[in-house]
Amino acid sequence: MAFVTANWNPLGEAFYRKTELYEMGWNLKDGLRDCLFAAAPYGGPIALLKEPLRRSPSARPLMEIYSSSGVSMASFLWKSGVVKQLGWTVSDDLLCIQEDGTVLVYDMFGNFKKHFSMGSEVVQNQVLEAKVFHSPYGTGIAIVTGTFRFTLATNIDDLKLRRLPEVPGLQGLPSCWAVLTQDRQSKVLLASGADLFILDNTVCTAVAPPGLSPQATSIVHMAVSFSYKYLALFTDSGHVWMGTSNLRDKLSEVETKIRAPPKQMAWCRRPKSQQPSVVIMWDQQLLVAGQCKESIQYPLDDDSVLVPELDGVRIISGTHHEMLQEVPGACEEIFKIASMEPGALLLEAHKEYEKESQKADEYLREIKEQSLLGKAVRQCIEAAGHEYDPDTQKTLLRAASFGKCFLSNFPPDQFVSMCRDLRVLNAVRDYTVGIPLTHTQFKQMTVQVLIDRLVYRKLYPLAIEICRYLKTPEYQGVSRVLKHWACCKVQQKEEADDVIARAICVKLGETAGISYSEIATKAYECGRTELAIKLLEFEPRSGEQVPLLLKMKRSQLALSKAIESGDTDLVYTVVSYLKNEMNRGDFFMTLRNQPVALSLYRQFCKHQEQDTLKDLFNQDDDHQELGNFYVRASYKERRLEARIGLLQSAVDEYYKAKNEFSAKVTEEEMRLLRVQRKLEEEKGEHLVGFSLHDTLSSLLAVGLHKQAEQLYKDFRVPDKRYWWLKLTALAEKEDWEELEKFGKSKKSPIGYLPFVEVCVKHHNKYEARKYVSKVTPEQKVKAHLAVGDLEGAADAAIERRSEAEISTVLSRCSPTTDRALVERLNRARATAAKK
Amino acid sequence: MAAHLSYGRVNLNILREAARKELREFLDKCAGTKAIVWDEYLTGPFGLIAQYSLLKEHEVDKMFTLKAGRVPPADVKNIIFFVRPRLELMDIIAENVLSEDKQQLREFHILFVPRRSLLCEQRLKEQGVLGCFTNIDEYILDLIPYDGDLLSMESETAFRECYLENDQTSLFHTAKGLMTLQALYGTIPQIFGKGECARHVANMMLRMKREFGGSQSQILPVFDTLLLLDRNVDLLTPLATQLTYEGLIDEIYGITNGYVKLPPEKFCQKKQGEGGKDLPTEPKKLQLNSAEELYAEIRDKNFNAVGAALSRKAKIISAAFEERHNAKTVGEIKQFVSQLPHMQAARSSLANHTSIAELIKDITTSDVFFDNLTVEQEFMTGVDTDKVNTYIEDCIAQKDPLIKILRLVCMQSVCNNGLKQKVLDHYKREILQTYGYEHILTLTNLEKAGLLKPQTTTRNNYPTIRKTLKLWMEDANEQNPNDISYVYSGYAPLSVRLAQVLARPGWRSIEEVLKMLPGPHFEERQQLPTGLHKKRQQGENRTTLVFFLGGVTYAEIAALRFLSQMEDSGTEYIIATTKLLNGTSWIRSLMDRPDNQS
Repeated sequence: MAFVTANWNPLGEAFYRKTELYEMGWNLKDGLRDCLFAAAPYGGPIALLKEPLRRSPSARPLMEIYSSSGVSMASFLWKSGVVKQLGWTVSDDLLCIQEDGTVLVYDMFGNFKKHFSMGSEVVQNQVLEAKVFHSPYGTGIAIVTGTFRFTLATNIDDLKLRRLPEVPGLQGLPSCWAVLTQDRQSKVLLASGADLFILDNTVCTAVAPPGLSPQATSIVHMAVSFSYKYLALFTDSGHVWMGTSNLRDKLSEVETKIRAPPKQMAWCRRPKSQQPSVVIMWDQQLLVAGQCKESIQYPLDDDSVLVPELDGVRIISGTHHEMLQEVPGACEEIFKIASMEPGALLLEAHKEYEKESQKADEYLREIKEQSLLGKAVRQCIEAAGHEYDPDTQKTLLRAASFGKCFLSNFPPDQFVSMCRDLRVLNAVRDYTVGIPLTHTQFKQMTVQVLIDRLVYRKLYPLAIEICRYLKTPEYQGVSRVLKHWACCKVQQKEEADDVIARAICVKLGETAGISYSEIATKAYECGRTELAIKLLEFEPRSGEQVPLLLKMKRSQLALSKAIESGDTDLVYTVVSYLKNEMNRGDFFMTLRNQPVALSLYRQFCKHQEQDTLKDLFNQDDDHQELGNFYVRASYKERRLEARIGLLQSAVDEYYKAKNEFSAKVTEEEMRLLRVQRKLEEEKGEHLVGFSLHDTLSSLLAVGLHKQAEQLYKDFRVPDKRYWWLKLTALAEKEDWEELEKFGKSKKSPIGYLPFVEVCVKHHNKYEARKYVSKVTPEQKVKAHLAVGDLEGAADAAIERRSEAEISTVLSRCSPTTDRALVERLNRARATAAKK
Repeated sequence: MAAHLSYGRVNLNILREAARKELREFLDKCAGTKAIVWDEYLTGPFGLIAQYSLLKEHEVDKMFTLKAGRVPPADVKNIIFFVRPRLELMDIIAENVLSEDKQQLREFHILFVPRRSLLCEQRLKEQGVLGCFTNIDEYILDLIPYDGDLLSMESETAFRECYLENDQTSLFHTAKGLMTLQALYGTIPQIFGKGECARHVANMMLRMKREFGGSQSQILPVFDTLLLLDRNVDLLTPLATQLTYEGLIDEIYGITNGYVKLPPEKFCQKKQGEGGKDLPTEPKKLQLNSAEELYAEIRDKNFNAVGAALSRKAKIISAAFEERHNAKTVGEIKQFVSQLPHMQAARSSLANHTSIAELIKDITTSDVFFDNLTVEQEFMTGVDTDKVNTYIEDCIAQKDPLIKILRLVCMQSVCNNGLKQKVLDHYKREILQTYGYEHILTLTNLEKAGLLKPQTTTRNNYPTIRKTLKLWMEDANEQNPNDISYVYSGYAPLSVRLAQVLARPGWRSIEEVLKMLPGPHFEERQQLPTGLHKKRQQGENRTTLVFFLGGVTYAEIAALRFLSQMEDSGTEYIIATTKLLNGTSWIRSLMDRPDNQS
C-alpha cells in the first residue's frame, strides 16, 4: 500500500507506471527469440510460431497458443506453407497469413475453421509483408506483394479484396507502413525514404507531416494509435514525430539520440489524456517519449514484444507480462506524494479512522469545510477502478464508503457499479482465466463482448455467473452463453444423439431467446442430421427452421414450417427449391396439399411462367380459371384467327365449369369479332377490337345505318340503350335531319328529355326545342329550362302545382327576369305550399 | 420538417426518426458519392420519410428511375438500387449491371424495401450478377407515418392480393410493422379483430411475440387497444362517395402520398394588364396534411360546412391584418411584424383552399353529381335494391366512366346482399357490350372479392345490419355534427360504427350482427411485463389503434377523428392502414388490364 508510487516515473506533466500483470506460466526455452508472435488486444490470447523460417522444407515448426498469463491452450505442428504473419480477429480467431496469400483461420484451441485467399495475383508474386488490423467493420488484412502493390480486405468475414493503386516510383519494399481507418475507409500509409503516401481505394496521395525535423532523410518506423487518431513517425535521425493521423497537426517531436531503427513502436496514450506519448523498443531498452525533451528509459533483459492497448501498452517477455500506462488522473490525485486533493485526504482520514485516531475527524473536517466530500468519494471510487491490486482497490473503496456516510443524497450507483465491475474484472484477470483487462478497456468493450470472449474460451460457468451477477437481460446474457455451450456440446462425438439432445433440452429449457436452429445447424455441420432434427423441434421460430430443413433435405417439413411462419418469401423459397428437387407430378401434388403455397406459386407463374399456370389449373380441373386464362391469352394474341381459337377454348372451359353466362358472352364476343372483320373487309372501317357499343357508334358515325340496325338486332341490344346510343351518335355527327327522322320513327323508349339534353349539349337549342313538347309532363320543367325557356318552365311548373319545381324555376330567375313572371311564380308557390 | 407528426396523441415522429436513422446508416455503409436508382413506385412513400436534402447530405448526387438498359452515366462511386422485392425488377437490375461499362469502377448495392427476399436474390444469382453487389440490404419500411394520427403502408395492391389472389405477403408485412410499432411504443395489451385477415395478422403477431421470447420491449404501452378490421367486413363504405372536404378532394382529384395535383387555372395570380397570357399548364401540386392549420381545421368537415368555415377564417385573417392600424407604439408594430409571416402563410393557405372549394363546388352542384348521390343514398337506405336500376342503365347507355358504373352496381349488390341472377346477368351483359368483353375478367374479380355476387339466399340481412348499427341517420347535421353519419351526409360508415360500439358498450351487444358480417371476430390479450401496467388517471382517454386491412377512406378517418374529439367518447384513435383509398382507386386496383381504362 505504501509503495503505490514506487513504480511511477515522471514525464513532463504526467506520470507513467509499469505494473506487472503476470509471471508467465509458459516455459519457453529460447524466450521470444526467432518466432512469429501475435497477441490479441484487450488482453486476448497469444500465438507463437517458432522458427517460421524453416531450416529445411520438411521441418515442421510448432504453433503454440497461450492465454495472456501464459497458460497453454493448444499446440500443434504447422504442416502448411510458410507463414508470414500471425494475427487475431475480433472474435479471437487466429489468422495465419502465408507467403502464397492463403489465410488460414483457426480457433484459439487450434481447430481449423476455414481458409481464404488474398487474391490469385499473390500466388505468383508472394506476400512480402502483412498486417492484421481492426476497424468498426471487423478484422481486416493488408498485404504488400512482391510487385510492391498493396491489397486490402476490410472485413474478413465479408471478404472483398481491394487492390490499392500503385505507388509511383516505389522500387522496393516501403521502409515502413501502417493501416489507418479514416472517414469510414481503410487506407494504407507508407513511407519510402523521406516520402509519405496515403493509399486509398482509388488514389495514391503524397503527404507531408507538418514540422518534421529537417535532419531526417528517411522515416524508418511508424505507429498508429489504437483509435487511429494519432500517428508517430521515427526517423533515421533519431527523432520521434507525433501528430494527428490526418497529418494536419503536430503534437510533439522528441530527439531520442538513438539512431538505430527501433524493433517496435507503439502509442501509449490513454483516452482523453493531454499527453501524447509513444513507447519505443530496441533490443536492450525501452523508451517512453512524450511532449517534453526528457524521456523515461527502462532497460530490457529479454526479448520482448509490445502489445498496444486502448489505454497503454502491454509488454510481454519470455518470463513476464507487464502493463505500461500513464497514471490515471484519479490515481495521481490520490497517491501523488503530498497531494492535498480531497480524495487523498479522505483516504488519509479513513486510515486514521481504522487506527481509531481523532485525526480522522480533522481530515474529514478539512474536506467538508471546502464542501469537497462528494468529489473525494468520486475520486476514490474512480481510482479504485484503475488499480490492479485487489488490496489497493479495497482500501480505496472502503475510504469511499466511509466518506459516503457523511453525505446525504449521494447517488449510490457509481459506487455499486464500480464494486460490481471490479469483481468481474478481478475474476477474469485471475491467472487461470488470463484476461488482464483494465477498467477503461472493459467499459469500451462492454459486458456483451466480454461474455463472448469467455464463451470462446469455453468458460461457460464463469460467463453465466457474470451474467447473473450483473443481471444482464436473459436473451443477451445467459441465453447466449447456453447457446454457445450447446453448440460446443453437439460436437462431442462420443455421446449419443439422445443423450445430447436431452442434456441440451434440460439445461436450456424454456430460456428466452435461445436459437435452437443455430445449435441444430452446428449439429448438422458436424454430420449429425438426426440430432439436428431433434433439436430443431425445440425452435419456436418456424422461419428459422426452414433453411436448415432444406439443407437437410426435409423439404416437406420445411414447406409447412415456412407456411406457419407467415413469411411468404420463405414459402416462395421452399417452393422454388421443391420445384427443382421433385418431378413435376410430385411437386404439384405437394402444392395441392398446401393451399397457401399453391396460391403463391400461382401468382409466381402468372408473372413468370404462363404455361405452368395452365398446367396447374388443368391438374386441378379448375375450368373457370382455365377459361379466364384463355381469355387473358386471347388479348395478347394479335392474329384474329388465333384469337378466336383461344376464345373457343375459353368457351369450352366455361361450359365445363357450368358457367353458362361466361360461355355465352364469350361466344358473343367471337361472333362480334367475325362481324367486325367482315365489315372491315367490306367497308374499310377500322372496327376489330372495338366493343359492341363502339362498333355501333362507328357505324352510325359513317352513316352505315342498315349495318348498325342489323347488329342491334343480332346482339339483342336493349331498345333503351340503342336509342341512347343512336341519339348520341347522330348528335355528335350533327346529323339533325336523321335525328329528327329517328325521333319520329316510333315512340322513344327513353322519352324525349334525352333528345332535348343531347341537342343542348351540342349547342343546338333550335333542334332541342323541337322535342320539348314531346317530353312527359313530369320532365317538362327540366326540358324548358334546358333550352333556356324560363316562361315555358314557369307555365309547366305552375300547371303541375309542384312547389319543388316552382322553386327550381325561381332559382333560375335573375334580376333581369320579367317581374310579372317572378310574382306569378311566387304566388303559385304560396298556393302550392298551402295544399 | 415533420413537426405535425408529433402533435398528436401518439408521437409518430419517433417512428419517422427511426426510419430516417436506418436510412442514414445504410447510406453511410456505401462510402463515397452515390447515385440512387429508384423503383418508381417507392419514391412517393419515401418522400414521407426523407426529402432529397437528407440524401444529399449523405453524398447522393444523382437519382434515376429504374429502367431497362444501362444506368445513365454519372460520376459517382456507388450505384444503389432502391427496389421492392419483385422478380421483374430483378431482371431489369441484372440488365443494368451486365451492361455497365467495365472501365467504370462503380460499386453496386441493393436496398430492398420493405424486406429482403431470398427469391429475388436467387433470381439475381441465376442471372449471374449476385456477386456484383457490395451490399445487399433491406430497409424495413412497413408503416409510414402519414400524419399526426395516421400510418399507412402505401401498398396499393394489398386488398387485391389478400382477397383475390390469396397472397398474404402484405399481411406478413402488417404483422411485422405492428411488431416494430410495439417495439417503439410498447406492447399493446388488447387486440380485437374482425375478419379472416385480421385473424391471420393477430395470429402472426402472437407467434412473433413468442418467437422473440425475452426480448420484449420494456416501454410503458402507449396504445391500449388494437382493432384489426378487414376491409371486406365493410365493402359498402368505400363505394359511397365521400362528402367530407378531404374525401371529396380525393374522390375528384386523387391524393397520392399526401399530395394532390389540381388544375392550375384557379391558382394563377390575377394581375391587372396581364389578362390571359401565359396561363400555367403544369398542374398545381399541393401537400395536404395537418401541418397546415387551416386544412387541419376543415379537412374533416362535411363539404357543406366548409364554405362557412372558410368565410369565418377570412374574416379573422382580415381582422388580423387590420390590427396594423391599431399598432401605435414601436413595440406594437414590432409584434405585428413578427406575426406577419404566420399571417401571410394563413392568407395564402386560405386562398388555396378557397380555390379548391370553388373547384369542388362546381362539381358537387352539377346534376350528374346529384343524380349519382341520390341513387347511392337510395341503395344505402334499401330502396329498390332488388331491381335493375334505370339510372345505372342510362349511365351505361351514355358510356359514362366504367368505374362509376362498377361502383354503383357493386353498391347495389352489397346493399342487397347479392343480386338476383337475372339482374346481375343483365348488368354484366350491358357492361360487356358497352365497354368491351375483356372486362369479363374484371367482373370475375369483383365477384371473387365479394363485391358483386348472385343472391344465394332470399334473405337480405343488410337491412338488419343497417338498423342495428344505425347506419342510416335521417337527420344528419352537416354543420354541427353529432354523429359520424355526417361524413356521408346520412350514412354512418359501418367500419367506424364497429370501432365505436367496441369502445362502448362493447361488441357483445351486437353479436348477432357480427355473425352476419364475414370472418371471425375475436379478442386477444397480450401479457405485459410486470410494472408496465398503466395506471389510468381519471378522465384520461384510452388510445386505440384501428388497423384497416385492405385500405381506408378519408371519410372513415374523418369519422374516427370526430369520435376522438367527442367530449365524452373516452377513446382517441390512431389509424393505420395498408393504403388510403377511395371507391375509384379501389375498384381500379381490382380490374384486370386496367391500363386500358380511364
